[in-house]
Amino acid sequence: MLRRFLQFVRTRLGGGLPCHGGGRATPARKIVLFGAPNVGKSVIFNRLTGSYAVVSNYPGTTVEVSRGRAQVGDVPLEIVDSPGTYSLSPLSEDERVARDLLLDEPPDLVLHVVDAKNLARALPLTIQLAEAGLPVVLDLNIMDEAARAGLEVDLDILGRELGLPVRATSAADGTGMDSLRGRLAQSPPPPSGLSVRYPPFIEEALARLLPLLDGERPLSPRATALLLLQRDAGIWERLGESAQVPMEDIEEIVSEAEARSSQPPSLAIALARRDAADHTVRAAVVEKPQPLRPPFAEMLGRIAMHPMAGVVLLMAVLYFGLYLFVGRLGAGVLVDYLDRQVFERYLNPAATAIVARLVPSPLWSSLFIGEYGAITLGLRYAVAIVLPLVALFFLVFAVLEDSGYLPRMALLVDRLFKRLGLTGRAVIPIVLGLGCSTMATLVTRVLETRRERLIATFLLALAIPCSAQLGVILGLLSTHPVGLAIWAGVVLSVFALSGFLAARLVPGDASPFYLEIPPLRLPSLRNVAAKTFARVRWYAAEVIPLFLLASVAIWVGQVTHLFQLALAGLRPLVNVIGLPDTAADAFLFGFFRRDYGAARIFDVHADGAIAGVPLVVAMVTITLFVPCVAQFLVMLRERGWRAALAVVAIILPFAFGVGFILNWILTRFEVQI
Amino acid sequence: MEELELSEAAEELLATIWAAQEEEARPDQHRERPDAPAEAEAVQQLLDAGLIEQQSGRHSLTAAGKRWGASIIRRERLAERLLADVLNVGNSLASETACKFEHLLQKGLDDEICTLLGHPRVCPHGAPIPPGECCRTGARAASKVVSSLADLHPGEGGLIAYIHARQRPMLRRLLAMGVVPGAPISLLQNHPSFVFELGHTQIAVDRETAQDVYVRVGGRAGPWSAPAPRSWMMRPFSGLRLRRGRRRR
Repeated sequence: MLRRFLQFVRTRLGGGLPCHGGGRATPARKIVLFGAPNVGKSVIFNRLTGSYAVVSNYPGTTVEVSRGRAQVGDVPLEIVDSPGTYSLSPLSEDERVARDLLLDEPPDLVLHVVDAKNLARALPLTIQLAEAGLPVVLDLNIMDEAARAGLEVDLDILGRELGLPVRATSAADGTGMDSLRGRLAQSPPPPSGLSVRYPPFIEEALARLLPLLDGERPLSPRATALLLLQRDAGIWERLGESAQVPMEDIEEIVSEAEARSSQPPSLAIALARRDAADHTVRAAVVEKPQPLRPPFAEMLGRIAMHPMAGVVLLMAVLYFGLYLFVGRLGAGVLVDYLDRQVFERYLNPAATAIVARLVPSPLWSSLFIGEYGAITLGLRYAVAIVLPLVALFFLVFAVLEDSGYLPRMALLVDRLFKRLGLTGRAVIPIVLGLGCSTMATLVTRVLETRRERLIATFLLALAIPCSAQLGVILGLLSTHPVGLAIWAGVVLSVFALSGFLAARLVPGDASPFYLEIPPLRLPSLRNVAAKTFARVRWYAAEVIPLFLLASVAIWVGQVTHLFQLALAGLRPLVNVIGLPDTAADAFLFGFFRRDYGAARIFDVHADGAIAGVPLVVAMVTITLFVPCVAQFLVMLRERGWRAALAVVAIILPFAFGVGFILNWILTRFEVQI
Repeated sequence: MEELELSEAAEELLATIWAAQEEEARPDQHRERPDAPAEAEAVQQLLDAGLIEQQSGRHSLTAAGKRWGASIIRRERLAERLLADVLNVGNSLASETACKFEHLLQKGLDDEICTLLGHPRVCPHGAPIPPGECCRTGARAASKVVSSLADLHPGEGGLIAYIHARQRPMLRRLLAMGVVPGAPISLLQNHPSFVFELGHTQIAVDRETAQDVYVRVGGRAGPWSAPAPRSWMMRPFSGLRLRRGRRRR
């Protein structure tokens, strides 16, 4: 059950279709898309397979492998999309996923996708892949931007220099895809035989290492030896396990090489590859002078990075994107209409009438209708309250993602985040957590150290409301600016304070910050729509069954009186923080899903049972409250049971504690909301 | 100590002892010091000056000797840096030349050179350069030759001279991203994070990382552009005076 659920989370995150198409007559040729972050691997994946893997304009969108099938003529292809990586030596978990893919299931062909503008920076990895003896096809993607930058690439010369087939595409609009498809359908190219000459101390160490690594697979002995010289931890571990390789001898050769030169081997190797890449680029690329005036997007990009203007822009994004669009329009107008008009006026009465006629027994009919009925409550919450909010949020988020704004935000907040034990890079999971914390917990893989991943997971579970909560909160409080300000103030303080404490309590060193800043791009309507649709679809696929399941569970609980018992247990707790009895079930619902609890408060508020100070207190508490079941399961898998349980054990009392203090302060000083 | 005058041989011996003591702190590189008879005069000079003392048959530095030795080593390693970064002299040649060159670097001038070179922390061979007064005050030169990325002004740039990463993963990370010696780089902004342009890409890093990347300043280097003209390279030598025989102050 757990495994199936996790697989579900995994596939719906990447959006790729799980390939259950085994048992075909011809085995499909396996093609791995490989390359640096944010060069468009997932766009190519989508073009080739016709399915949808999430595509965004920032490095680290893909954190897991997605698989799909493609058919070119009568050649079946299995396409595997991998997280972006700069080299074959991984330094973060998503990069490790990419490298392990090559090691664990050697592909028939590696399609190295590069940003054509940055050929000189990308070719060292091409060289590394070629040295590894893998059959490589090089694809220069984003050719349109390269052309605009005045770059002309001679594909023939490039292919000859590297000894590889080369294709050029701009996958976003589909240019060149046919030629690429054609190449993939042909038989894989032979290994290029490309070999870089390294400085003597490296070459001599290689000559001594190669006999020890004879027959090393799937990477060639030379590539393996080079990784050993660079002290790649994963390769050392792998070889150590195989027990056929004399690790002591290898250690001796590598240490000798390290002692022989003032240059670390990794630097010497990188320089040699860089020289080879430069040589190739000089032969194959012509750069025409560019216009002097920076284009508009570049100017806007600079503004977004400016310490003052950037913050103003951030405020504007929050105000228009979140407050007006999700809060006012989504919760205020859309949800109001769906809930009050569609459900309460038409659907609920109709369902009640039909069920009452079909199922005369009140015991059984209360499963579908009535206060906690699967239709009148479960479906209504999902369809009328949660989904519209989530959809609007994902729409805003997709525009932000595709514009390339998020990495700029990351560099603005890096210094602040350092105090919380994170780096600017953590902006991506944290902001994504405003959409769905479950998804964001998985995305913490882009962070480099265990410490950072743990702190980010904790903060996501504690202080980051998910989009449904956020939408409900914005919807309920958008007419009470003071309440909204108090809520935001408290949650932000908790975020800052708990991060500050975590930074001091969680052992480990601070990680350095580095992030490639992609150019600002005009989001493509097609991708924004496709991405929002894909995300809303998986959200619906997950949320509707769970809501219905929760309804059934509550029904069972009611029949067995366990539900009433749990409510009675929660009531004193709820009363202590100043909330009426009716709020107790919101917290019980919150255990199932965060958004469910928020939707309940929305409902209770609509009935007029909760308003003013208790409403703000309830919102704060439910924001901080335990993560939902799905998020807990992902925490369990990514961080281990010890960390997951610790997070929950800290959060539960903490959330109620903050609610209690807030209620005390607000009533003590008679704050009017 | 300022009024002391030492022969070239004595200075060299002092530096040798200093380096030997530095290496003893790193036990893996312990090395016996040759006590050639030709050095007797130099030893006597150092003993007279109170820079070394004899303890159980071995010579060790006094407090003044340590300061003086550090100063010589500092000049020697700065000279190596100067040769490697500015004149592009190869590694082995650089240390040979630097040994002679260091005697030419007058005291006081080392701070100027150090500032011009962006207060380097290690010599091209990776041995630490003893920091001088200028490193502590973070003096900035009107025109730098080499500077860490963190000390550049937005709009300045040049070719990456070398990377001194404090952590091995960071070096690998930077190399993988294309931050490689010889690559043209220019700084776009330095607050709240450092953003630089490399080829056609912009990369953001924190101050700590920016401090690890040293740039040979050459005006604004456009992407793919040729190295900056070399006329500026003569500037650091305008303050150098050649010295023959003993130093006079």
